[in-house]
Amino acid sequence: MIKIENVTKVYPGSDKAVVQDLNLHIEKGEICVLVGASGCGKTTTMRMINRLIDLTEGRILVADQDIHSVDPIKLRLGIGYVIQETGLFPHYTIEKNIATVPIELKWDKNRIQERVRELMGLVDLDYEQYAKKKPSSLSGGQKQRVGVARALAADPPIMLMDEPFGALDPITRAKLQNEFLDIQARIKKTIVFVTHDIDEAMKMGDKIAVMQDGKVVQYGTPHEILTAPVNKFVENLVGENRILKRLSLITCGEQQVNSPIYNLPGDEETLIERIAQNERLSTHQIVGIAGEEKTPLGYIPLFKYDRGDSTPLLDRIVTPPLTIHQNKTLFDALGVLFNTGERGVFVVDDEGRALSFITMTDLFEAVQ
Amino acid sequence: METKKITINDFILPIIIIALSIGYGYYVLTYPVDTIVSNYLSLPLIFKMVRQHFYLILVSASLAIATSVPLGILLSRPMFKRVRSLIVGIVNVGQTIPSLAVIALFVGILGIGSKTAIFALWMYSLLPILNNTIAGMTGVSPFIIDSAIGMGMTKVRTLFFVELPIALPVIMAGIRTAVVINVATAVIAAYVGAGGLGDFIIAGKNINRWQILLLGAGYASLIALLLDHILGVVERILTQ
Amino acid sequence: MLELFSFIVKRQSKIFELLGQHVSMVLTALLVSIIIGTIIGYLITYNKKLAKVVIYFCSMLMTIPSLALFVFLIPFLGIGDKPAIAGLVIYTLLPIVRNVYVGLTNIDPAVISSAVGMGMTGLGITLKIKFPLALPVIFAGVRTSVVMGIGLGAIAAYIGAGGLGEYIFQGINRGNNNMILTGALLIALITIIVDKLMQILQKKAEGMIR
Repeated sequence: MIKIENVTKVYPGSDKAVVQDLNLHIEKGEICVLVGASGCGKTTTMRMINRLIDLTEGRILVADQDIHSVDPIKLRLGIGYVIQETGLFPHYTIEKNIATVPIELKWDKNRIQERVRELMGLVDLDYEQYAKKKPSSLSGGQKQRVGVARALAADPPIMLMDEPFGALDPITRAKLQNEFLDIQARIKKTIVFVTHDIDEAMKMGDKIAVMQDGKVVQYGTPHEILTAPVNKFVENLVGENRILKRLSLITCGEQQVNSPIYNLPGDEETLIERIAQNERLSTHQIVGIAGEEKTPLGYIPLFKYDRGDSTPLLDRIVTPPLTIHQNKTLFDALGVLFNTGERGVFVVDDEGRALSFITMTDLFEAVQ
Repeated sequence: METKKITINDFILPIIIIALSIGYGYYVLTYPVDTIVSNYLSLPLIFKMVRQHFYLILVSASLAIATSVPLGILLSRPMFKRVRSLIVGIVNVGQTIPSLAVIALFVGILGIGSKTAIFALWMYSLLPILNNTIAGMTGVSPFIIDSAIGMGMTKVRTLFFVELPIALPVIMAGIRTAVVINVATAVIAAYVGAGGLGDFIIAGKNINRWQILLLGAGYASLIALLLDHILGVVERILTQ
Repeated sequence: MLELFSFIVKRQSKIFELLGQHVSMVLTALLVSIIIGTIIGYLITYNKKLAKVVIYFCSMLMTIPSLALFVFLIPFLGIGDKPAIAGLVIYTLLPIVRNVYVGLTNIDPAVISSAVGMGMTGLGITLKIKFPLALPVIFAGVRTSVVMGIGLGAIAAYIGAGGLGEYIFQGINRGNNNMILTGALLIALITIIVDKLMQILQKKAEGMIR
């Protein structure tokens, strides 16, 4: 979707290239995060895509078209642009802010109003309550939602986001990141996302381009960056606890290595057999038990029972069951286990039905 | 937040001012202290002087707005960055020079007359408006301009629909300062042949009649208070 | 230009006399203004509502054209120094009152509470903490007042207070351009110089509390 080919940028009056012979191919529907320290050229790279900065050498193709063959105004109207909260127009209402690009494109009034309603719904802002307000009466998080809605207004296939959540407190930031990922899952835009925060990059990016001194030092999925950093710089950037960070890349729903779940009633016989097998192993294994309609009931620690123990299975279940939503990451699951001191947690769907059961052992295996 | 709209309170001061003006005018015309006052004063004369005073203020203020707002916008463009600080420095020095000295300088160069007065008033009220236009325009957050351009607004549209509206309250404050200064300077300008309410002060002092003195001083003060108040309300409404 | 220069040289003793009058008039008024202004500015810190009213009232006084204000004072104080100084005081009060108030109320509360915590009492805090910290802001107000005072002093010549303004008014009456220009240029020069000097002092005052 976006092809950056051998692009160099030298500012006039300077002999040092801010961006040097840079190549980057960004696939359709992906979030590509440019991450690096300040002055590494990430923002310059992003701003060359909508021609806020003109490149010195090389070329950039958007949808297979050289951006320098298109009128810059037309180009920008087709690319969503989000920056820190200060980018909202303080003298416009929320509605008019969101309608900026449609107004530039001369849409008719009804269409604009309909679109604004739709977008405010998308970013979870109540139209009746906020449409006529000025940005100054909104919180930082709300302003940023408006910023995202404004960039999406004319449904551009591409979005550029420069530290969009940078000015927010950590809690609001995490919330907005999650919401944005939810929205992106539905709208599938091609997004160039600039941040200096590697954790944000890991969380938001389908691909990450780690930049240093105007060059891309490594380009790959978050998993690749974590597991195989190409040099010391990338290794330092991702930090010491790489293993822990990898846990936050995998959602509980994706997790492959799980402990089994047995249904009661239904699986009594296999479960008893399993207990019998385990007595020889004496590992600290536990299994999840789900009831009717896959409701999580609790777990049974396998090592606790001697052969011939006749306690009914249902009485052996340790309650209450811990649950975690399938969209949460393994890192969240680890947090739940640590906080409660329990040994296993059920992964559930929106209706609370047990999908799988994750134990500490599974978490270890996931990052091996 | 909701004080943006005009309320009843905003009308109290203007009503008091208008009542005072009518009251004093009626009093002076009906109960002059002697025949000198009654021979000198008449309702048409009062109207004429008030009109002349407003004319002085409005002409010089509109000229000042028409010149310094575009100039300020031009100077706020990045390419004039160097010239800008120089001009702002000169403007700041110019603003410290007392109004009487400014008028006197122009009289010394151009001679006495209403044209000189208007010219001096224009030059003097140019400064606060220019200063505030530059401050207002350069005070617009670069993030806001960046996002406007980045979303595909043209430079001209960004200027008229984003930068100017945001800078408007600051520009308006400059206009308010300029107008209030102008009302006061116009009183002095009567001395160099500009006419207006200052003439009452001069005449009142020459023939030593306090009724006429107070007419000039009082009306000029009331006009200053009235315009300051009205422009203050406008400024408040424009402020985000 | 040369003509003007020789005029100034010829009349230098008179010019110095007028200059002296101007300076003493402005200084007297400012002294009074600083004392009254500081007291008012300090007192209104005890009552927010009163402060608002006082500052609003002062700024309304400022709106009144200076010449008109002097004229208003004639019926009460006659003509000469007295109404001139009174007018100057009224006019120069606002910047001082406002800046004393703002300076005293904008002090970081942590500083005050640490002073209280160390056992300082009300008056000690006011004199040793609040006023020194507010000094740069107060000084900025004084600077505005001084610059304004010089200009108003020129206008005060109209009601017979003397000073450099006298040359302007007399010059206009007699159609003497040299007198007008001498008065105008000297007043302009003095204001600019005094303003710049005060600016330097203000920077020093700011440097002291940092």
